[in-house]
Amino acid sequence: MTERIANSEQRTTGAIDVADFSFSYGPRQILNNVSFSMPSKAVTAIIGPSGCGKSTFLRSINRLNDLIPETKHAGDILVDGRSVYTRGIDLVALRLGVGMVFQRANPFPKTIYENVAYGPTLNRLVAPRDLPATVERCLKQAALWDEVKDRLDTPATGLSGGQQQRLCIARALANDPKVLLMDEPCSALDPIATQRVEELIVQLKASYTIVIVTHNMQQAARVSDVTGFFDRGELIEFGPTEQIFTAPSKERTEAYITGRFG
Amino acid sequence: MTVPTAPSASTPAAALQGAAAGDRIFRALLTLAALAIPVLLGFLVYELVQGSELAIQRYGFRFLTTSTWDPVTDEFGALPLIFGTLLSSFLALLIAVPLSLGVAIFITEFAPSAIRRPIAFIVELLAAIPSVVYGLWGIFVLIPFLRTTVFTFLKGTFGFLPFFQGPVYGQSMLAAGIILAIMVMPYIMSVTREVLAVVPASQREAAMALGATRWEAAWTAVVPYARSGIVGAVILGLGRALGETMAVTMLIGNRHEIAASLFAPGYTMAAAIANEFSEASTDMHLAALSYVALVLFGVTVIVNALARVLIWRVSKGRQSGGAGL
Repeated sequence: MTERIANSEQRTTGAIDVADFSFSYGPRQILNNVSFSMPSKAVTAIIGPSGCGKSTFLRSINRLNDLIPETKHAGDILVDGRSVYTRGIDLVALRLGVGMVFQRANPFPKTIYENVAYGPTLNRLVAPRDLPATVERCLKQAALWDEVKDRLDTPATGLSGGQQQRLCIARALANDPKVLLMDEPCSALDPIATQRVEELIVQLKASYTIVIVTHNMQQAARVSDVTGFFDRGELIEFGPTEQIFTAPSKERTEAYITGRFG
Repeated sequence: MTVPTAPSASTPAAALQGAAAGDRIFRALLTLAALAIPVLLGFLVYELVQGSELAIQRYGFRFLTTSTWDPVTDEFGALPLIFGTLLSSFLALLIAVPLSLGVAIFITEFAPSAIRRPIAFIVELLAAIPSVVYGLWGIFVLIPFLRTTVFTFLKGTFGFLPFFQGPVYGQSMLAAGIILAIMVMPYIMSVTREVLAVVPASQREAAMALGATRWEAAWTAVVPYARSGIVGAVILGLGRALGETMAVTMLIGNRHEIAASLFAPGYTMAAAIANEFSEASTDMHLAALSYVALVLFGVTVIVNALARVLIWRVSKGRQSGGAGL
């Protein structure tokens, strides 16, 4: 009995298990029998050449690919031990637990405050009187509070690119997710803004399971604890980041991280 | 072939010169064309003022606030016409805006791709029907239908309101508003559909990734993003409604009267001009109709200016939102 409780507590921390997962758009097979487990409260980096399916994989975890017609999948992904692809799953509940940050910052054309408050308001997660505190907490967590606290009611589109991306992180955190998916969050940012977002990722992993897709090998090496290397829809290698970058066991992995292809 | 204005040019420099001359001619032509519009507008206003001089001298601005319209005693006041124009257009928007918005959202966000085009095509086809056909259809189909169903229902259920009292003739302000709604819907719907279609997918995805359902994503992310474009679409529809003549005059009852009840007949500026111009026997009657045309022109300009201000205020500081227009 106690063991089961302990077990279930451990399972609500946001670990992600991928079991024989395949995915295709129409006739195009994007992912092929991918299986691995991502640890909770750690950063998992997904690296690989363009078109290897890493973004598709990320968007399979919160089922955002559902928006695209004519997709097929096989196998399963489990978040906290619960299948993401079960028939009749509550997609809203899934996405509340699995937040996402996109490649290009995509704030709504609303005020900074409204952007962060969007999720909690829509899903009635916090009482209206607690909303300002939630917004403040999330902006602080995203290391943006000091820069915007005096202009919360100004349009979010007036922020710089790096600030917009941190605002999008704050917006995702406002739903209090267990998992944070990041799809090349720094690819449109300058080096200084990139550094700030990377520092933020390292801070956030204490509380969240983070999966980051990145093209930038140094970034993967800097921020992640474990790394998965994808190529042509297959998971070639998965292991501790240090090992992947210093002593990869597969030849393709080594070729990719040393820059011989991709 | 490349430089038709300088066929004799043999050196590159001469060819360039020829091109420059061509550029100048082209530029002059375009400038002329661009200037023609304001000049034409100026002439139009001048002609209207000229034609209505008699009425302007006699009534001044009192013309806009008095309600008598009696060609026999040569007494004219345009208030019922202004009221009728604004009210019928307002009713049209009241009905058409939610409908068009709903159809546009359905087409861009929810409809299976196989039926998107057919639905949009059919709605847009409504714009191709001639006004007089709407009028005839209104008289023979819409009015008998409204009299036996909608009007009796409104009278029975909301009869305590001043808007739904009095005898039901059929030809009425409400009938005109409804036909106008049907007529402006395709314009509002198709522009709204276009501005919704260009909202970036990343906005929809952002909302859905934050736990929005498809409907919530459409309503809280896609529509607000496109709102200045949607306001533009509504203004386009309003412009059509204000000036529509034929169908309105066939359904509105053509009476110079201001009534609280929507079942009562009314009149609009455009309808009055079209109906009375050929029969106007006195100079004052003609001048009064000209004055009405001037007022109609003024009302349209004011409404459009207000709409510009509205769009500007809605899109202020939201560069992304203005992109849809």
